[in-house]
Amino acid sequence: MRNTLNKMNHLQKYCLRIADNSWILGNRLGEYSSKGPFLEEDLAITNVGLDHVGLSEAVYKYVAELDGTKSADDYAFRRAEHEYFNIQLVEYPNEDFAYIMARQFLFDVYQFLFLEALVDSKDNTLAALAKKSLKEVTYHIRRSTQWMYRLGDGTEESHFKIQGALNELWMYKDEMFFMDETDEEMMKAGIGVDLNVLKTKWEDKVTEVLTKATLTVPENPLFSLQYGKNGHHTDFMGYILLDLQYLNSKYPDAKW
Amino acid sequence: MENQKRLDEFQAKIDAGIKIEPKDWMPDKYRQTLVRQMSQHAHSEVIGMQPEANWLTRAPSLRAKKILMAKIQDEGGHGLYLYCAAETLGVSRDQYIQWLHEGKSKYASVFNYPSPTWADMGAIGWLVDGAAIVNQVSLQRTSYGPYARAMVRICKEESFHQRQGYEIMAEMAKGTPEQKEMAQEALNRWWWPSLMMFGPHDKESSNSGQSMKWGIKLESNDDLRQQFIDKTIPQVELIGLEVPDKNAKLMPNGSYKTSDIDWDEFWNVIKGNGPCNSQRLKHHKKAHDDGAWVRAAAEAYGKKQMELVD
Repeated sequence: MRNTLNKMNHLQKYCLRIADNSWILGNRLGEYSSKGPFLEEDLAITNVGLDHVGLSEAVYKYVAELDGTKSADDYAFRRAEHEYFNIQLVEYPNEDFAYIMARQFLFDVYQFLFLEALVDSKDNTLAALAKKSLKEVTYHIRRSTQWMYRLGDGTEESHFKIQGALNELWMYKDEMFFMDETDEEMMKAGIGVDLNVLKTKWEDKVTEVLTKATLTVPENPLFSLQYGKNGHHTDFMGYILLDLQYLNSKYPDAKW
Repeated sequence: MENQKRLDEFQAKIDAGIKIEPKDWMPDKYRQTLVRQMSQHAHSEVIGMQPEANWLTRAPSLRAKKILMAKIQDEGGHGLYLYCAAETLGVSRDQYIQWLHEGKSKYASVFNYPSPTWADMGAIGWLVDGAAIVNQVSLQRTSYGPYARAMVRICKEESFHQRQGYEIMAEMAKGTPEQKEMAQEALNRWWWPSLMMFGPHDKESSNSGQSMKWGIKLESNDDLRQQFIDKTIPQVELIGLEVPDKNAKLMPNGSYKTSDIDWDEFWNVIKGNGPCNSQRLKHHKKAHDDGAWVRAAAEAYGKKQMELVD
């Protein structure tokens, strides 16, 4: 599969980034199932996870159509780590509820703005998928925003925990707005989104919510890592892929 | 003292098929039986999420993952309906959870078995949910209104769960030799625990008589178990697996005769000595304890908002 991926065109790579973000995040949220702080929240987190898996499946199917030789499951389950193009933020582990919600909030704001812009894409499939997912993500962002308020302005302990998680995850935010050749090409073609415009909107929204939540917007990171959107991942990625790919790797000939 | 006249009127209502509602008078023992049974049922749904969540990250296809996620959510949702229904008896969900953690309230023993392979996702849906459906279909007619109504909602979703479990098994049974072996092995492991789900033999079941008189329970343990066996054995054969009971035999009346259950194992697991009793409870307690600060934050924030409104 590796050779084909090297020759992959910009559209396919662009789509895989969208799908992989939701795929890895959806799986992270799935890992939390049965571990929530109370039953309603446990179900809500799995529900958001399911939306992400649904979006990733739809986009993988589209990439499979564009490619014509592989299935959506091949993309989801049968790639090497460096062939997944999700941003690093979504692979960050479920350290505790504060990390889960901080990760979710930072990503939800990004994804909402991204999809909102993608609705106008000249690629009809992407535009339609964006429109459909936007309804779900509108609910996601409302939920994670509420949690920023509750945790930020809840108790001293919750304030401390959510602030700590935001500080820790802040170093992963720049990647969301980093534009490489694929992003530039897609934007020029009227298919992709201008991430510079997104960045300003994202900062405004995040600042607004964190301020209202009595939280401090963290200092800008001094160090930017190599980016997941080009296949460079954190130490955490290998382990979740090992789990995800377990049955497909161990029984390559089996159908499930 | 509950006077005889009230008890007679209560019994007459039950006999006439009139549902008992939360505000109606009911004998203490009736209420206690429901508190025990409904909380056990609610806890079972929630604890039952664990063996399935164990395979969520490892689900082998996009479709399988979506179905499993949806199914686990359904189970949790059933837990919610049941806690709400059980709260109408005057006991809070917090109290029920505390009783669970203290070992005063139980959950279905079947979840005290592990789920080591993907075939277990098939076996749990097919056999465990299948056995639960037989029981729950019967409970749709139970005499306590909120319980009966919760069962109607739950039954609609459970039949989908059973189908998806059977589909996983069918797919594996016709797959590679390794897959077929996994399917058979999971069937072997879940067969007896599923039959145990119906409880002890009627003659050993201490609560059955009164529960049936009060219409809480409508069919006996052994009758329900037999319905499940008769429905399931042909399903085993249809996908080319073997019934893990060499003595299973079709009788002229169309019903199957089977070996007796290992009742020592049954009582042992109920007493808390099963392979996963401690693990399941620890997992639930840990999630609950880890979430304490989150619940406290939500409550504190809620209060602040209320004060702002005032």
